[in-house]
Amino acid sequence: MSGDFTQRAPGALNDPTLRRNFRRAMDGLMTKRAAQFQDTAAWNALRARGAAVKARVVSKLPELLEQLEANCTANGITVHWAESTAEANAIVLEILQAAGAKKVIKGKSMVSEEMELNHYLGDHGIKAVESDLGEYIIQLAGEAPSHIVMPCIHKNKSEIAALFAEHIDGLGYTEDVDTLTAAARKALRNEFATADAGISGVNFAVAETGTLVLVENEGNGRLSTTLPPLHIALMGIEKLAETLEDIPPLLSLLPRSATGQAITTYVNMISSPRKPGEKDGPEQVHLVLLDSGRSRVYADEQLRDTLRCIRCGACMNHCPVYSRVGGHTYKFVYPGPIGKILTPQLEGLDCAGDQPHASTLCNACVEVCPVKIPIADLLVRLRGESVHSSDSPAVKGAGSRHNWREALVWRGWKFMYSHPLAYAAGAKVLSRLGNAIPDSAPMIREWTSVRNRPKFAGKTLHELVREEGYDHE
Amino acid sequence: MTAHQSSGKPDTVYFFGTCIIDLFYPRAGLAGMELLKRHGLRVVFPPGQSCCGQPARNSGYLDEARAVALQQIDSFPQDWPIVVPSGSCAGMMKTHYPDLFEGRPEHAKAVAFSQRVHELTDFLVTVLQVKLEDKGEPVKVTWHGSCHSMREMGVVDQPKELLRQLSNVTLIENPREKECCGFGGTFAVRQPEISAAMVGDKVAALEETGASEVLSGDCGCLMNITGAMDKAKKPMGGRHIAEFLLERCK
Repeated sequence: MSGDFTQRAPGALNDPTLRRNFRRAMDGLMTKRAAQFQDTAAWNALRARGAAVKARVVSKLPELLEQLEANCTANGITVHWAESTAEANAIVLEILQAAGAKKVIKGKSMVSEEMELNHYLGDHGIKAVESDLGEYIIQLAGEAPSHIVMPCIHKNKSEIAALFAEHIDGLGYTEDVDTLTAAARKALRNEFATADAGISGVNFAVAETGTLVLVENEGNGRLSTTLPPLHIALMGIEKLAETLEDIPPLLSLLPRSATGQAITTYVNMISSPRKPGEKDGPEQVHLVLLDSGRSRVYADEQLRDTLRCIRCGACMNHCPVYSRVGGHTYKFVYPGPIGKILTPQLEGLDCAGDQPHASTLCNACVEVCPVKIPIADLLVRLRGESVHSSDSPAVKGAGSRHNWREALVWRGWKFMYSHPLAYAAGAKVLSRLGNAIPDSAPMIREWTSVRNRPKFAGKTLHELVREEGYDHE
Repeated sequence: MTAHQSSGKPDTVYFFGTCIIDLFYPRAGLAGMELLKRHGLRVVFPPGQSCCGQPARNSGYLDEARAVALQQIDSFPQDWPIVVPSGSCAGMMKTHYPDLFEGRPEHAKAVAFSQRVHELTDFLVTVLQVKLEDKGEPVKVTWHGSCHSMREMGVVDQPKELLRQLSNVTLIENPREKECCGFGGTFAVRQPEISAAMVGDKVAALEETGASEVLSGDCGCLMNITGAMDKAKKPMGGRHIAEFLLERCK
């Protein structure tokens, strides 16, 4: 897929299976989430706590990161800092090569998607096997995740059945979900048992205690982080909590918002490698902290709200644009509303400036965000950044979408709408002659592709109000 | 809250007509003003008003939005409530004017202005506590709540409450009531294919109700929804709720 978001959208919109898959899945997720938050007062209170926790964490991010490093180190977890995804890949490779690892089993990690870690490791002779069922499915299909929580949500049962029939020896085609799941489980068991290392993401790292919190539903996260002798955890520098007491509200908000579950099946709290005398757990635990543009996000007082995100995906589940086009149309790792604000900040507006425009600003995401990220306001901020250059821009690539024609139109608009006489004259002309503008004119052309255009009324409300004798002061 | 409200009904209100209504749907504006007048209010329409500034703000042209916002603020000098027949324009003026002028000399003025802004149906229900008498024939209607009306102004049930007061009107709610119709201002022309998909789904959901007409408090949404209905030659129509209410009570 090439071009920008607008050019890619028709491909998804004209795929009826994809449209149906997303619509059905998103409807289901919205219903399940709503069932978890029926008590509005409780939701508001919980959400206020979650937002306060993450806002506090973001406000003191540098100091908490140092605290996390100190406490992890004291616990025996080796901490690595990566400024870029390239650095993070190199760190992971070095750790794996030092351990002589040839195969790694992976739990779900969006940071590893940012790094394109599987490709990188593959290029260096190390096989990475995804163990989250959704990730396993898309790895078989050679695709990228289309959703940050449910990576294969774009596929339906029959598509998965065909994929399994092709890739899993002796299975044949079946749409029986239990059989399909059992087949994946069996294939993965062998991978777990023979992996040299496990790689996982992190949902929350607790600065106060040096604890890595990992939530999951399949037990694959626990196996990936306990069975192999080496565990490497990957996290973006914002996925922090300050204290253990911060965890309960976040743990309550995350699965409810994401999948409509009160709690995930597994909640892992990893605080050290295997200690002397312990019978299981990895001998080494490494934590790789990835910046990759996040420090720059942190530097801006308004934009840093982006870093509150706990990656629940509720914003995409509720997004009327995402549910029409799916995750791949965005082309970047993080799709949907959070992606529209995060991607341009991480990648730059010069290459992701299309993303903030993929929104009607309907605020459906804002309404469900469990940590109250003002997504719509940040979209507007980024739209502004993309057309205004500055000497010290807050966002990489600021001003890259500046277009003098568009700027001129807005200047003319400003003049007309801020000068009553100009407005009265303009409105009078438009109301009488506007209907003669041809359908082929820019904007009207797009509008009339599926709609009739509204008719100018002949007389404006300004004129009619005067005629009706309303006070006009 | 203004002094007028705390002591009950105000005597005088301002009406902000919105730019879409001014050019395309002036009858909806007049109907809104007539409804207020019928409930004993003096309605003042300042001639200096034009547009809330939302199109520029949403496109990231904040300086341009501020200049136009200031023109509106200065056009409504008296301490009267400002009633707006659009949840979206009201949302811009109530929730975004203060942000727009944050840290600027005009901030206090913008905040004071924003506190006087009311969406029309909310004003009818909450402030005027109107009781409507239905004089029309039996009819089935459905409701489209605009995104900004619901999520910026908190106007969800108020318009439906008005419709339920009408004895011959059956309100059939549709399951997609809270979903965006795909208008989104410039979104409709910037992302025409996605907008088309959204309005197509919206029209289908409205049609399923079997209502003869969709009502809304926002002419932006209506322009999109009825435009799509008309183009597809659907028998269903749509109107601003103010026009409908006035017709039923005449």
